[in-house]
Amino acid sequence: MNPEIVLKTRNLGKHYRHRWAVRNLNLEVYRGDVFGFLGPNGAGKSTTIRMILSLIRPTEGEIELFGYPLSSERRKALAHTSGLVEKADFYLYLSALRNLEILGTLSGGIDRRRIQEIIDLVGLSGRENDRVKTYSHGMKQRLGIAQALLADPDLVILDEPMNGLDPQGIKEIRDLIVHLARDRKKTILLSSHLLSEIELVANRMAIINRGELAAQGEVEALLEHGEQYVNLKAGPAEKVRQILEEKGIRVRSFDEGTGEFSLDIRFEETADLTAALVRAEVEVHAVVPRRSLEDYFLSITENGAE
Amino acid sequence: MLRLIRDEVLKTFLKKRTYLGFGIILLIVPLIEIAMNLEGSHFITAITRTLARDFFFSGSLFNGWFIAYMIMNSLWLHVPLLISFVVGDQLAGEATAGTYRLILIRPVSRAKIFFAKYAASLIYTFLFVAFLACLSIGLALFLAGRGDLLVSKGEILVLADSDVAWRFMVAYVFALWTMTTVASISFFFSSFVENSIGPIVGTMGVIIVCSVITLMPIQLFDALRPHLFTSYLDLWSRVFAEPVDWEKIRTGALYLGGYSFASVAVAWYIFVRKDILS
Ligand SMILES: Nc1ncnc2c1ncn2[C@@H]1O[C@H](COP(=O)(O)OP(=O)(O)O)[C@@H](O)[C@H]1O
Ligand SMILES: [Mg+2]
Repeated sequence: MNPEIVLKTRNLGKHYRHRWAVRNLNLEVYRGDVFGFLGPNGAGKSTTIRMILSLIRPTEGEIELFGYPLSSERRKALAHTSGLVEKADFYLYLSALRNLEILGTLSGGIDRRRIQEIIDLVGLSGRENDRVKTYSHGMKQRLGIAQALLADPDLVILDEPMNGLDPQGIKEIRDLIVHLARDRKKTILLSSHLLSEIELVANRMAIINRGELAAQGEVEALLEHGEQYVNLKAGPAEKVRQILEEKGIRVRSFDEGTGEFSLDIRFEETADLTAALVRAEVEVHAVVPRRSLEDYFLSITENGAE
Repeated sequence: MLRLIRDEVLKTFLKKRTYLGFGIILLIVPLIEIAMNLEGSHFITAITRTLARDFFFSGSLFNGWFIAYMIMNSLWLHVPLLISFVVGDQLAGEATAGTYRLILIRPVSRAKIFFAKYAASLIYTFLFVAFLACLSIGLALFLAGRGDLLVSKGEILVLADSDVAWRFMVAYVFALWTMTTVASISFFFSSFVENSIGPIVGTMGVIIVCSVITLMPIQLFDALRPHLFTSYLDLWSRVFAEPVDWEKIRTGALYLGGYSFASVAVAWYIFVRKDILS
């Protein structure tokens, strides 16, 4: 049985004055996914999300939500979709409750009980009558998620919801996302510029770079498919080479400058190797397990999108 | 739709800036009226001395009607400024606050949101003009009582006390109609300018430029003049004439309506297509 596709983009593209911010993007998000949308800053994540939520018009291509084309059946397409684009901004002079009431009207009318339930869910009870002006960044971000949940959408799109939060705030949002996906059966599209963040919660993901799709699939498959290897910083180099040869470990590369080896071994074998090195009185400075996906992502992040 | 309008009105009237206009009127109108009342007859003797020889008046020509009439005459630039201050913020304010990103991702059409906001703008404009009317007329009559109204516009005219009340009512209806045009132009600027002063500067800029053309006695502008809305900013004052030239008023009202319609139509066209980048 094929999983239901809740979001599909077909050759989606957005052209700004001089260049393409997004081009030829084909995403498929299935019902029940926590879909990671990964890309360095400026890759085109927010631009894509703005198009999906009808804030901006695609220059080319199409978006389908729950089978409805966004361009011709906007209301139906967005009826079960909601989200938070970039940072959470509200009517600062109004209370959180009033903000949610006003947004609830636009979502088709949400009753008070439901609003209170959502306020409780995101952990803002007791503060709902305070003006949003008095809220911390983390509280606004949670209120941002709350407004996305008003109409009980099936697909929730969150654009870097953890940006600028402290570790505690990040954990709260992450737990909330996991709760929404696992217990409330929401499909979630979560964008981020950090692979580690996506890895923790997503089951499928897409990587976007300079507006174009670089990879898409199951997170595990993408991570496994990418080879594993280990970076070893140890010396003297001669002695290390000898031991590696004895153990039959292939050296992918060696950096003369830093004295760093890149080794073709599985993570499970590193303990054994380290022990051998230490026994041979080699100085071991660092043993770092690497995955090529991570490297690939680091490389595009370091080179930057612009 | 009614709930959308209600929410937009609510948003407007929970904002501080909305009360600035009311506050200024509440300050400035009593100030002018009390000062005028103190100056009293000095104010008017100059004109009446010449008149007194040829006419016979009932009571003093310096009275509440006269003060209220002077207020209407003096606020024709201030009221548009205060209206654009609030109406210009209706759409642009959402852009600067970043809240377009909250309201335009929902399954309500942009057209509905647009018209709810325009409705809220008109409601504000109505309340503002009504407030100005009630305060300025009410206080003036309270301070200086009734009497015949002296109108000097080119030629001097005295309207009998009993013939004045309806003129004020009708004049304020036309003033409201004029301010609706001002509000619509502000709304137009608000649809594409993404900061809070842009729509105010835009509206006042248009009014000032057009007024200059309207008022300058330059022949080159003659052909242009009847088509500019600023030529009808003082449409209300035509009601204080004898006989009232209803034909001219009708033309003016139509021009103003046309400008309102065009502004809102263009604003709508821009708004529903706009890329939200804020
Ligand atoms: N309004 C705009 N005009 C021109 N270029 C833009 C505009 N908004 C975004 N861009 C460009 O589009 C690219 C994608 O931006 P964005 O979608 O915000 O990336 P991300 O969210 O992944 O960080 C960037 O290179 C950015 O500079
Ligand atoms: Mg972004």
